[in-house]
Amino acid sequence: QFSDSAGYVGFANLPNQVHRKSVKKGFEFTLMVVGESGLGKSTLINSLFLTDLYPERYIPGAAEKIERTVQIEASTVEIEERGVKLRLTVVDTPGYGDAINSQDCFKTIIQYIDNQFERYLHDESGLNRRHIIDNRVHCCFYFISPFGHGLKPLDVEFMKALHGKVNIVPVIAKADTLTLKERERLKRRVLDEISEHGIRIYQLPDADSDEDEEFKEQTRASIPFAVIGSNQLIEVKGKKIRGRLYPWGVVEVENPEHNDFLKLRTMLVTHMQDLQEVTQDLHYENFRSERLKRTGKPVEEEVVDKDRILQQKEAELRRMQEMIAQMQAQMRMKPGDD
Amino acid sequence: AGPVENKNEAAMSELVPESRQKPVVPMKPLGINASLLGYIGIDTIIEQMRKKTMKTGFDFNIMVVGQSGLGKSTLVNTLFKSQVSRKSSGWNREEKIPKTVEIKAIGHVIEEGGVKMKLTVIDTPGFGDQINNENCWEPIEKYINEQYEKFLKEEVNIARKKRIPDTRVHCCLYFISPTGHSLRPLDLEFMKHLSKVVNIIPVIAKADTMTLEEKTEFKQRVRKELEVNGIEFYPQKEFDEDLEDKTENDKIRQESMPFAVVGSDKEYQVNGKRVLGRKTPWGIIEVENLTHCEFALLRDFVIRTHLQDLKEVTHNIHYETYRAKRLNDNGGLPPMTVETEENNESNL
Repeated sequence: QFSDSAGYVGFANLPNQVHRKSVKKGFEFTLMVVGESGLGKSTLINSLFLTDLYPERYIPGAAEKIERTVQIEASTVEIEERGVKLRLTVVDTPGYGDAINSQDCFKTIIQYIDNQFERYLHDESGLNRRHIIDNRVHCCFYFISPFGHGLKPLDVEFMKALHGKVNIVPVIAKADTLTLKERERLKRRVLDEISEHGIRIYQLPDADSDEDEEFKEQTRASIPFAVIGSNQLIEVKGKKIRGRLYPWGVVEVENPEHNDFLKLRTMLVTHMQDLQEVTQDLHYENFRSERLKRTGKPVEEEVVDKDRILQQKEAELRRMQEMIAQMQAQMRMKPGDD
Repeated sequence: AGPVENKNEAAMSELVPESRQKPVVPMKPLGINASLLGYIGIDTIIEQMRKKTMKTGFDFNIMVVGQSGLGKSTLVNTLFKSQVSRKSSGWNREEKIPKTVEIKAIGHVIEEGGVKMKLTVIDTPGFGDQINNENCWEPIEKYINEQYEKFLKEEVNIARKKRIPDTRVHCCLYFISPTGHSLRPLDLEFMKHLSKVVNIIPVIAKADTMTLEEKTEFKQRVRKELEVNGIEFYPQKEFDEDLEDKTENDKIRQESMPFAVVGSDKEYQVNGKRVLGRKTPWGIIEVENLTHCEFALLRDFVIRTHLQDLKEVTHNIHYETYRAKRLNDNGGLPPMTVETEENNESNL
């Protein structure tokens, strides 16, 4: 197992150890899903993770939607594959974009993301940091309508407001409504508009030396991914495949010539680690520095009593530490011996 | 059924012209009546009317309403097999989405079998495209009422034109987004307000996004929602004239509508025939194939069977309702000065 040749120390084995520990610990990932009703979000999520995250789904009628505001609904599912455990949380945002006046519809979403950052900041600054749960949103799939000509005003406003808080991955679902030409045109329009408005979507990192550079380029060139979701099995040429049956043919979910589903799924699973890193290193750090600059501001009312007590104790500790530091500084300044 | 009765009509018959008689409907052929002693020739009136229509031609004004990108222009072009509506390939950098709803009316004369139709397509860009769409139906309602006002003004003139130009909206196609879930709040609000002033025909746009099952379920759901919210789309139940109409229209109302349509102006070769369709990697969607979508049903309904009825209901019901309200508001006198901008504007 370990080479005993002279000069070999053995720390090259570290990645394996990290890997083994991670596998034992399991992974956590939070995916947020945003888009108007009826764009195929739930179907896509179920297709991606081969599960039914919404078993008793109730779809409200238009009259009910008139009164409704945006809700935040989080469902967690444990997925295990080849010994690797993933605790996946999907955060849904029903009501987004439904109202006649959608002016405030992403306030709730921004608040949710900030709350998760706040909670993490609080845990990170606390005394007991052994079991910090990371509920921060690592990735946000933003659904663009395939029926439009490009981005809608609401899409632009949302992405501008959130590109500094979360990794945005734009997705075009129900892609079987477009011919190939229409799809290319829509993708190009969307990318043009994204760049025109200075929107920063999630960028795939450059390929590592052991990764397929060409595959990475192809994946990058397909953004925004135009996908079709389905968990219905249809028989095609003797095989049972997932797809949608129309009078004019069968659309196959996992056929790369029909849509970008496989590309999206591959991108997501191979970049879970990177998405978490960018969330930590970029979005969270942004939030943290902004937040700490405003230390004059009162603490969030949402914080629980227990947390408040803990915070008070921490504040006290900090004050005492400051006092000690001050006293030490004074002592050093005083002329004479210690 | 029939024109709305105006209580003041009798008193005003000197000041205001009688409501126009409905044109004679061609009679259904009866069995041979053995008691007719000889042939008189009454039935030739049908031929006379036909010739008259061909000579004068007729106006038809169709409005399309729906969010940007639902295929409105393509559908109208497909319906009339001509480029009568300019497709907006989207808002490019110079053309921003209008901040308020605009009304754009474009007229074309198209001819078929010796019959001339002056078709006006009224587009409503900007509807439903903003972040805040409150009251975005108001400019549309205003436009429709302005056309009624125009007609009314002509009608009450002492020296009237022989044939009053008819710019009234005969039919409003409302495009529902094929979400597969339910109507959107904006759909409900629009149809609630406008079904009282114009004939609304709801259509499900871009229907090639739904499987047969999804289509059936969605249509049922939409019909139910419209019913529960008291929205009467065309053909309205209360205007069915006789049992035959009722049976025919019931079937349309309860099974066919809203029509789930697909539009296209491109032709492809299928089984040796040239067909209008959409080509995808998994098959060609044929627009006029009833197993693929209901475009042919919509076309037959609007153009081949109910075109005249759409005009009649507009004239006898919606226009009369407007007229009655205007005359009542003015204390029974014809309107003197009107505040609309129609004197300065010419949309056509």
